[in-house]
Amino acid sequence: MQISGAEIVIRCLQEEGVEYIFGYPGGAVLFIYDELFKQSKLKHVLVRHEQGAVHAADGYARACQKVGVALVTSGPGVTNAVTGIATAYMDSIPVVIISGQVPTPAIGLDAFQEVDTVGITRPCVKHNFLVKDVKDIATTIKKAFYLAATGRPGPVLVDIPKDITQHLAEFSYPQEVSMRSYTPVTRGHSGQIKKAIQLIMDAKRPMIYSGGGVILGEAAGELTELVRNLGFPCTNTLMGLGGYPATDPQFVGMLGMHGTYEANMAMQNCDVLLAIGARFDDRVIGNPKHFYSEDRRIVHIDIDPSSISKRVKVDVPIVGNVREVLQELIKQLAATREKPEEAALAAWWSQIEEWRSRDCLKYDRASAIIKPQFVVEKLYEVTNGDAFVTSDVGQHQMWAAQFYKFDLPRRWINSGGLGTMGFGLPAAMGVQLAHPGADVVCITGEASIQMCIQELSTCKQYHLPVKIVNLNNRYMGMVRQWQEFFHGNRYAESYMDALPDFVKLAEAYGHVGMKIEQPSDVEGALREAFSRKDDLVFLDFITDQSENVFPMVPGGKGLSEMILV
Amino acid sequence: MRHILSLLMENESGALSRVSGLFSARGYNIESLTVAPTEDPTLSRMTIVTSGSDDVIEQITKQLNKLIEIVKVVDLNDGEYIERELMLVKVRASGKEREEMKRMADIFRGRVIDVTDKAYTIELTGTGTKLNAFLEAIESDAILETVRTGASGIGRGERILKV
Ligand SMILES: Cc1ncc(C[n+]2csc(CCOP(=O)(O)OP(=O)(O)O)c2C)c(N)n1
Repeated sequence: MQISGAEIVIRCLQEEGVEYIFGYPGGAVLFIYDELFKQSKLKHVLVRHEQGAVHAADGYARACQKVGVALVTSGPGVTNAVTGIATAYMDSIPVVIISGQVPTPAIGLDAFQEVDTVGITRPCVKHNFLVKDVKDIATTIKKAFYLAATGRPGPVLVDIPKDITQHLAEFSYPQEVSMRSYTPVTRGHSGQIKKAIQLIMDAKRPMIYSGGGVILGEAAGELTELVRNLGFPCTNTLMGLGGYPATDPQFVGMLGMHGTYEANMAMQNCDVLLAIGARFDDRVIGNPKHFYSEDRRIVHIDIDPSSISKRVKVDVPIVGNVREVLQELIKQLAATREKPEEAALAAWWSQIEEWRSRDCLKYDRASAIIKPQFVVEKLYEVTNGDAFVTSDVGQHQMWAAQFYKFDLPRRWINSGGLGTMGFGLPAAMGVQLAHPGADVVCITGEASIQMCIQELSTCKQYHLPVKIVNLNNRYMGMVRQWQEFFHGNRYAESYMDALPDFVKLAEAYGHVGMKIEQPSDVEGALREAFSRKDDLVFLDFITDQSENVFPMVPGGKGLSEMILV
Repeated sequence: MRHILSLLMENESGALSRVSGLFSARGYNIESLTVAPTEDPTLSRMTIVTSGSDDVIEQITKQLNKLIEIVKVVDLNDGEYIERELMLVKVRASGKEREEMKRMADIFRGRVIDVTDKAYTIELTGTGTKLNAFLEAIESDAILETVRTGASGIGRGERILKV
């Protein structure tokens, strides 16, 4: 029996086991919406802006490891979605975006709501497709899911002209895909793994540095086992938090621009570095010239060959699925009788402990004004370290990363690569839908939260009891900090004037709002908020305006050139 | 250093723009780029002439391989290869210049493929250097128009790029 292209789209999504579609209707996708209406298996979440749709699909994917799905219309629907797509791309998140397009005969004629979607999104997707024949819809969607989720994951967009959704075709969903031009490697080269083991055995000052690849590759268990077996120090990138338990003594904290003193010093001074699912990003190692050290050997495990030796030359590249490579490494290490020199490792640890005793994250706990770090610490306590935490971008993001100790992967959800303000709230919606009973918190700032504030309405409609922790310093704090440090205290346009009354705003959307101004009220407010299991609570914490994030590696500097508190 | 990269890619409409987009987005040099379908209609073959340090060329190759529609990438400079480019050049040829032009074309193993009272169109193939040499050898005012295809390359002997 022949069915319409629109119905084929819906059937494909059902076949993929999709639970939620985050979307927003419009002319070019009306037939698809019509088919959505006729069925009940797929649940559609109506966002209030297409950026939110993609962020929500992205947050969903990050939290539960499934492919997130967004559906948007042509033209402005797509352009609104681009920020979300680029965000997912930079962090390698598996998302499939279905976009409507003007009818095939109108393409290229500057039709109403026409944009070159494939062209606009090309640089920020893993791949994209324009479907030109109804018969190609099913294979294209199958490929889209396959591409999004395998290898180094990423967003894949499928652009479907309106007439194609009307045309009829037989439906059969392909069981498998094979693409001769796309064959991601999984197993690491055994010769390379042997070389890595030799380096590990010879290490005197070893360091393990892991990133988002460990989270995406479901390799936190393997990483933890490896680190414990070896007794080496471990650091995580912003994207890698939760890859190794943050409460474990072998964890030296996050590294990078706002990493801990001990993590950055150990990274800089180690003689053997094991980089796992990480990419030596500029926010992580600073200036590669300053990072370079002649007597440091680097093993780099990554699924993406182009991540290897991109910014930093490595000695032993291992291309493969992080989890499989780590399993092999653990196995081979167990089989060797050799051990790294214990005395050297002990000396290295005592050096690290000395760095750690610098207590680089200290702040004024007795402050009469609420310190943002204090709020995050209390949040950690009140949620028993067990919440899913999303964030926006700025100082609050860094304090969240520094002070909420993530012991498990997929609990920390933030826009690390693109640094997208506005990500936190819609991402939290996706997370809450992926984990209905869980505590989901969005740590944000008064500037960021206003970028996608309209999603409060979505939260109301779908009963998403997200807790919003607004660290309200009345400044674009991170911008203000850079202006203070590098631009002679000239706070150009970083003061957030004319702020709304967030309590009333939350109430206007039908939620609960609380304003907290005293340090002594912080814990109580948090406890009350989390006791309201079914309510979205907007906690507006009035925090110290002049607080800065420390340590800080200024742009262009090396990791050991930190500004400390 | 100058490198010639040979690519096999799916013969799909967006593939070319993905490659050219990659070069502009990442700031890689591109001296020339040619593409045409192969004997297998599902595949296109592209030759890219680029330049950069070894590290840059390594990144270019990796980034190209990452593009979903690219089936294979080889750096022809990794072994022996042959490079050819086609040039059509229209030159002024009247009076006693005619003899001279014909002789120059012969020396460079070019062919005169179009003739008018005042001009010749000469077809010339060879490496880019040879084509440049021809243009330098004739008087520059005599050149009315040139069009070049950009280099195509192929490995020597048993070096074969196929799927
Ligand atoms: C969409 C977008 N625009 C601009 C920026 C640049 N930017 C980075 S942090 C920041 C300030 C964020 O302020 P706020 O949300 O109040 O957080 P705070 O730093 O005060 O904690 C800005 C403007 C960005 N990251 N994203």
